[in-house]
Amino acid sequence: MGAVQLWSLITPVNPASTWGPLIFIFAVSASKEAWDDYNRYLSDKKANEKLVWVVRQGIRKQIQAQDIHVGNIVWLRENDEVPCDLVLIGTSDPQGLCYVETAALDGETDLKTRGVIECPNPDKDITRFDANLRLFPPFIDNDVCPLTIKNTILQSCYLRNTEWACGVALGMSRGIPEPKLTAMDAMIDKLTGAIFVFQIVVVMVLGIAGNVWKDTEARKQWYVQYPIEGPWYELLVIPLRFELLCSIMIPISIKVSLDLVKSLYAKFIDWDAEMIDYETGIPSHATNTAISEDLGQVEYIMTDKTGTLTENRMIFRRCCISGVFYGNESGDALKDTKLLNAVAGGSPDVVQFLTVMAICNTVVPIKSKTGAISYKAQSQDEDALVNAAAQLHMVYANKNANILEIRFNGSVIKYEVLEILEFTSDRKRMSVVVKDCQTGKIVLLSKGADEAILPYAFVGQQTRTFIEAVEQYAQLGLRTLCLAFRELREDEYQEWSLMFKEASSTLVDREWRIAEVCQRLEHDFEVLGVTAIEDRLQDGVPETIETLRKAGINFWMLTGDKQNTAIQIALSCNFISPEPKGQLLLIDGKTEDEVCRSLERVLLTMRITSSEPKDVAFVVDGWALEIALKHYRKAFTELAILSRTAICCRVTPSQKAQLVELLKSCDYRTLAIGDGGNDVRMIQQADIGVGISGREGLQAARAADYSIGSVSGTSLFNSASESEYICWMAIVVFVITIHAYAYEKSEMEELSMVALSGCIWLQAFVVALETNSFTILQHLAIWGNLVAFYVINWIFSAIPASGMYTIMFRLCRQPSYWITMSLIVAAGMGPVLALKYFRYTYRPSKINTLQQAERMGGPILTLGNIEPHPRPMEKEVVSPLQISQPKNRNPVYEPLLSDSPNSSRRSLGSGAPFDFFQSQSRLSSSYSRNCKDN
Amino acid sequence: MTDTDRGTQRDRDSAFSLFTQQSLPACKPVLTPEWVIMTFLFIGFIFIPVGLVTLRASHSVVEIVERYDIGCVPEPFRIDKVSYIQDDSIPKNCSLSFKVPKYMKAPIYIYYQLENYYQNHRRYVKSRSDKQLLHGQNEHGISSCQPVEVNNDRPIIPCGLIAWSLFNDTFTFIRNRAELKVNRKNIAWKSDREHKFGKNVYPFNFQNGTLIGGGKLNPTIPLSDQEDLIVWMRTSALPSFRKLYGRIEKDLDVDDVVVVHLMNNYNTYSFGGKKKLVLSTTSWLGGKNDFLGLAYVFIGSSSVTIAVVFTLLHLLSPRH
Repeated sequence: MGAVQLWSLITPVNPASTWGPLIFIFAVSASKEAWDDYNRYLSDKKANEKLVWVVRQGIRKQIQAQDIHVGNIVWLRENDEVPCDLVLIGTSDPQGLCYVETAALDGETDLKTRGVIECPNPDKDITRFDANLRLFPPFIDNDVCPLTIKNTILQSCYLRNTEWACGVALGMSRGIPEPKLTAMDAMIDKLTGAIFVFQIVVVMVLGIAGNVWKDTEARKQWYVQYPIEGPWYELLVIPLRFELLCSIMIPISIKVSLDLVKSLYAKFIDWDAEMIDYETGIPSHATNTAISEDLGQVEYIMTDKTGTLTENRMIFRRCCISGVFYGNESGDALKDTKLLNAVAGGSPDVVQFLTVMAICNTVVPIKSKTGAISYKAQSQDEDALVNAAAQLHMVYANKNANILEIRFNGSVIKYEVLEILEFTSDRKRMSVVVKDCQTGKIVLLSKGADEAILPYAFVGQQTRTFIEAVEQYAQLGLRTLCLAFRELREDEYQEWSLMFKEASSTLVDREWRIAEVCQRLEHDFEVLGVTAIEDRLQDGVPETIETLRKAGINFWMLTGDKQNTAIQIALSCNFISPEPKGQLLLIDGKTEDEVCRSLERVLLTMRITSSEPKDVAFVVDGWALEIALKHYRKAFTELAILSRTAICCRVTPSQKAQLVELLKSCDYRTLAIGDGGNDVRMIQQADIGVGISGREGLQAARAADYSIGSVSGTSLFNSASESEYICWMAIVVFVITIHAYAYEKSEMEELSMVALSGCIWLQAFVVALETNSFTILQHLAIWGNLVAFYVINWIFSAIPASGMYTIMFRLCRQPSYWITMSLIVAAGMGPVLALKYFRYTYRPSKINTLQQAERMGGPILTLGNIEPHPRPMEKEVVSPLQISQPKNRNPVYEPLLSDSPNSSRRSLGSGAPFDFFQSQSRLSSSYSRNCKDN
Repeated sequence: MTDTDRGTQRDRDSAFSLFTQQSLPACKPVLTPEWVIMTFLFIGFIFIPVGLVTLRASHSVVEIVERYDIGCVPEPFRIDKVSYIQDDSIPKNCSLSFKVPKYMKAPIYIYYQLENYYQNHRRYVKSRSDKQLLHGQNEHGISSCQPVEVNNDRPIIPCGLIAWSLFNDTFTFIRNRAELKVNRKNIAWKSDREHKFGKNVYPFNFQNGTLIGGGKLNPTIPLSDQEDLIVWMRTSALPSFRKLYGRIEKDLDVDDVVVVHLMNNYNTYSFGGKKKLVLSTTSWLGGKNDFLGLAYVFIGSSSVTIAVVFTLLHLLSPRH
């Protein structure tokens, strides 16, 4: 295009006006890319050049990480970062164990044990080997040695509490996720194509018209002196000129400026002090600078529960020991003087209870040099219990092989762990068999879900108080565990122990066999009490969810938790509304038919209720989801579109990703948040992935907050689509200019300057109207632009050699110039303002509603500060049904969908009218969107 | 409070930090009904009076427009006006007379008005050399003057189509048998005379070719004083335009009869252009132009209408 422009015969404008911006744009985008590449290169280089020890031909050598090949033996020291996935072949530990911290991968800070793969002699010892390791892909070496995740340590874990470990390097499997293109990019591409076609049409039409006019009219104009015989390309000249004029229609710069804006957004995320985790000091980091503006277009948010909505930090809150409730008054059992007195008094029930709390687990205590004891637990619940026990003076001090050491009120008690009956999700309890080293008594200690413990209490024990306690705690959103014990006779244990060993080494149905054997021991419990642990919600989660939902964003919770917990958490964080305002629909069933029936029933209900102002959510578990996705995909997709809220429990990582994909296939923008390794696939699949680093996740709320803030950013591109305005304004400027500056004032330079200033004025006002929030920067940009226009033109008007000499001075002295300017602004902006207001008031968009909500919320400076209808009505609709909300987390509870049409009509500024509208439009649009999928 | 806390506190106050944290004090205007209605009312109440004042100014201007391109062709030549105008042997004088409808206060501006004349044609606009106009003889700077840059291998000063097609009708005004003096000085922009057209540049080799365009120039007068040329070379952006011819510095009374003797030299017949003579007074707004005033009144009244409609809408259905 620029090349054609250099051909002076056809160029309508100075070539510099095209080449200048072009060169500038290329320079800017090239330097931005170069900078990004350089940073990427630096971080790659840092990772690749890290020095690691490798054993080669029996000698340890230090090489760079990038030189590790598959099959190399890598030797790690304590606290090293694991450079690549490894299969363990040896550690300093005599039992062949090592501890790794996987915080970088899944955010779980506890240490995990990893066993060395034992492969002594496959022929002889294969049974024993198999008995020790569960089969798990991938296989290596013709499946002689089945490997499990227990034998591998993954990249970017840290080796802890182990002097050294070495392993065989596996492939660097983690691939580069495919680049995420934003909706905006796609739109720009489409738009460019459309503009190009349009441009060609315009050029053709105008070119032909121009040629016709030239031959019929211009040839008669002697003063133009058209040559009678032109060169062969004469017919092309006029179309080419129009092509050049129209070339500005394709916005070359828009992509570049958008890129810049996007990286600025990303930088804002990085900079945001609000998004720094206060405990770990980790600031947020936007890895993909290109997709930030998509944050504003998110329609579905898929979130993980543990660690995202909740802090994944359990705190022991209450307990009930032998029918006595502790912690009910203060909300914290650890501060309950009754309990403290009971502990000090050595009440046997309480001591036994604390013993179970302290040792019925798989926690490893670690003594630091200062003598303080910290615990490494695989489950946060166990961590909470052990810590609580320690605070109640039952300190789990040491674990030496199988000997546990407990300090209670100054005395040391030792137990020998005989057997650990591990927790499985089917049994819902775990037990340990320990032998008191002093008395030699063998005791079975158990803890587990109420339904797994209470029915097995010994005949005659009153479990009513415990059932009540469990119910009471569950209503408060606390996680409950029942603790129990039973003394075993020596011979009973011996007999059982043999069975257990046998079961442990079976190959077929081992898990089931073990469960069965455990069952034989776990009965006739003496139930000690109930603990209640709070899985604390992240700060600001209910409020954030509330705001996002008001903005019309749909929330899905995908969790591996069980249904009850998931629903409980969902209730407590405003995810779903309690009955009767909200309604939960359950999709379950074990067989295809059952699932199908249940799905259809839910769908039917959903269709009926979607027009009602009711908050309907569906709950589906992993099994039913699997069936639904496989066989009833269409129905499920429709359900997904209809439902604003969904809870998917017991889902696997791949199902999470499948769900994201499902929504994406319906053309919705999705955002996935998660912290654990099980969320990685979902995050990669989603349009926008938000990962939470570390266990802490203040960022979850904060990151979500960010996306609201950026909604206003989308107006930037909205304005691009408002071409009808631009068309209108072009006409306004043209008509007014040629009429106001007709006849004696129609001097070319003056007239063009009038038209140009008209455009500049209009542009300033359009931007001002489209801007949702004015900071000093916006003012500077908008009005500064206007001022700069005049300053620059005054400068040009002062240079005698310039073509514009004195033009601007002359114009500024003319009253008619200023009158024309204000006419252009009023005529151009008036209809736009009227239309915008009309749309805004009678057909509000998400942004507007959010804007209003935002305005209602905070002490923000506003221009038109009068709000005619405050919101007295909503207070009335506040449901008295918030029983399931532990604390009144959300004092200004606003209903999403008001019950009475009357109240929603009058409650201006709440989300209600909008949501109502939204639900209807979703209905109509959902089918069209759905078509794609069919 | 720890040191780092204090550090962040200090940071938070700095302008850059306000920027990075996106916490600059912001003003978020919302299109509330009140605000919008007030805006429209405001526009209405400003625009209607301004429009009326503008209209008044425009109406205070007295303007006489006389078309003469057809009337000045003698009856026998009207079938083929082009050959008439191109025939040098036929005398081109012509006279027209008109009555002054209203008292006209000096200065009275005399314009000639051309219609359907494309001074904005690309080929035409580009055909000039500003360098030559200011500095004179310059063999190299005149390539832009195509197709009128050289004649007989010598450069033309002033070169280019614009200068070549210089308007050359002349007018003399007679009132009550006495000639009305027309001041033809200072009709061009001062800046053009001083900075765009050279004081030492004289017309040379001008209108010497086989094809003669418009008017000729006196080769003894420097370009900076050739005001007709300077005015002509300020090309018009629109196909109908007026160019200043001179000023009458005497008042004209109502019913004064003015007789104009003119030389109808300029050919607009071949492309159907019109030629008109315009006498006009001015106001603070310039010449007679009702457009601005009418547009102002129109915009103002529609704003008031919109305000009323919105008020009614707001009162009747305060958002469903």
